[in-house]
Amino acid sequence: MDVKVPFERLVWQQATVTRIVEETPTVKSYFLTPPQWHGFMAGQHVDVRLSAPDGYQAQRSYSIGSAPETPEVELVIEKLETGEVSPFFHDVVQAGDTVEMRGPIGGHFTWGRGDGGPLLLVGGGSGVVPMMSMLRHRASVAPEVPAVLVYSVRRFADIIFRDELFARSTSDPNFQMVLTVTRETVADRRVRAGRIDDALVSDVLARFAGALPKHTYVCGANAFVDVASRLLIDMGVPFPTIKTERYGGDPARQGGGAQPVPEP
Amino acid sequence: MVTRGFFGRRPTAEVAARLPPGQYKENGFPVLSAGPTPRVDRKDWTFTLKVGPKPIKSWTWDQFNALPQTKLTRDIHCVTKWSKFDTNWAGVSVDAVLADAGLSPPTEYMLAHSFDGYTTNVPFKDLTGERGMVATSYEGQPIAPDHGGPARLFVPHLYFWKSAKWVNALQFTTSDEAGFWELRGYHIYGDPWREQRFTGD
Repeated sequence: MDVKVPFERLVWQQATVTRIVEETPTVKSYFLTPPQWHGFMAGQHVDVRLSAPDGYQAQRSYSIGSAPETPEVELVIEKLETGEVSPFFHDVVQAGDTVEMRGPIGGHFTWGRGDGGPLLLVGGGSGVVPMMSMLRHRASVAPEVPAVLVYSVRRFADIIFRDELFARSTSDPNFQMVLTVTRETVADRRVRAGRIDDALVSDVLARFAGALPKHTYVCGANAFVDVASRLLIDMGVPFPTIKTERYGGDPARQGGGAQPVPEP
Repeated sequence: MVTRGFFGRRPTAEVAARLPPGQYKENGFPVLSAGPTPRVDRKDWTFTLKVGPKPIKSWTWDQFNALPQTKLTRDIHCVTKWSKFDTNWAGVSVDAVLADAGLSPPTEYMLAHSFDGYTTNVPFKDLTGERGMVATSYEGQPIAPDHGGPARLFVPHLYFWKSAKWVNALQFTTSDEAGFWELRGYHIYGDPWREQRFTGD
């Protein structure tokens, strides 16, 4: 059902950075306007390519956080201090610059109106980015679809899209957020403490009122995805309904800065 | 076109010579997969060789591991841009699988199948002559479940999505049938040295 063929060839194009928004102390959103862009499915990603004066190039993949119906493409990039590409974005790139990109990429970790719901989205850290695209898209094309977001972050300050997520969970009767912070205690009743565990998953599944989520998406670091998907399966969420996307390795040891890292 | 202010972090010439275009060297072993990790017990494990819909021969874990063993040390290249050098794998070559089944290749194309429903297509010529095997160990140890254990296909000269995790069947097909990622925008062949990441590359 999520298969769409044929694909057109993905061409590299120069996209202008129209604005940059700081999301957290280590995460910024970059809004891009690729000249040849024919839309995408919520949950997809793009490849970015940087070129040095001597011809050396570096490529990385970044998930799209914006909804398909918005004109700009929002890439959300976490700065990994030891990385090659993400520090360049954070320290050098300014509004008005151009970077090369191509996409959209990925035909599995996606959601569209035709897929229906209810939806369970489970994100760790910047794994929330493709889910934000799905949530924004759902709010504009299918607000009747029930959706629950489980979002695990280390600290309150690390919550990407914090204001928007709190606002949506207050104003949207069909959207609920279960936010958990793992490395500090927060005096905020909207926030739980601790890692995702069976108590949290059981509470989340109870919110589907006796049904099971039709589609579950899990995105984050490998260990997070493994724990979360195993808990979900143990509590009855069918294996084939769960889609995962895992970070490409340990960012601290990684030469790059691939972050919600995409398929395959 | 030069990206303003980008100078990059070049690998050494020695590393660069082993990196296909657009790849960087990774020292860890990242895990990527489209779904949860299936838990496959070795006592329930089977591997089947098929021609079209017809099963030719199946092996249990013990029977499969009694086949002649092959060891390969190769660099691997993931389409998500990381490459890892000098990885050590052991298992059973596809040639040894065919020999044990007494089968001559009836077509030019194969489709690998996995316990979780994943599929990927690889031409037979890319699996023969120890270019491909069904790997059962990594760095001298059983393959961890999240890296595809008990057994994964190993075709290191193609992007690593072709090296299907949790493999449980190889099937000859009459035509080159696109598998899971190939149906979702990824290249039908996937040669890293020609940077065949996506359809049309």
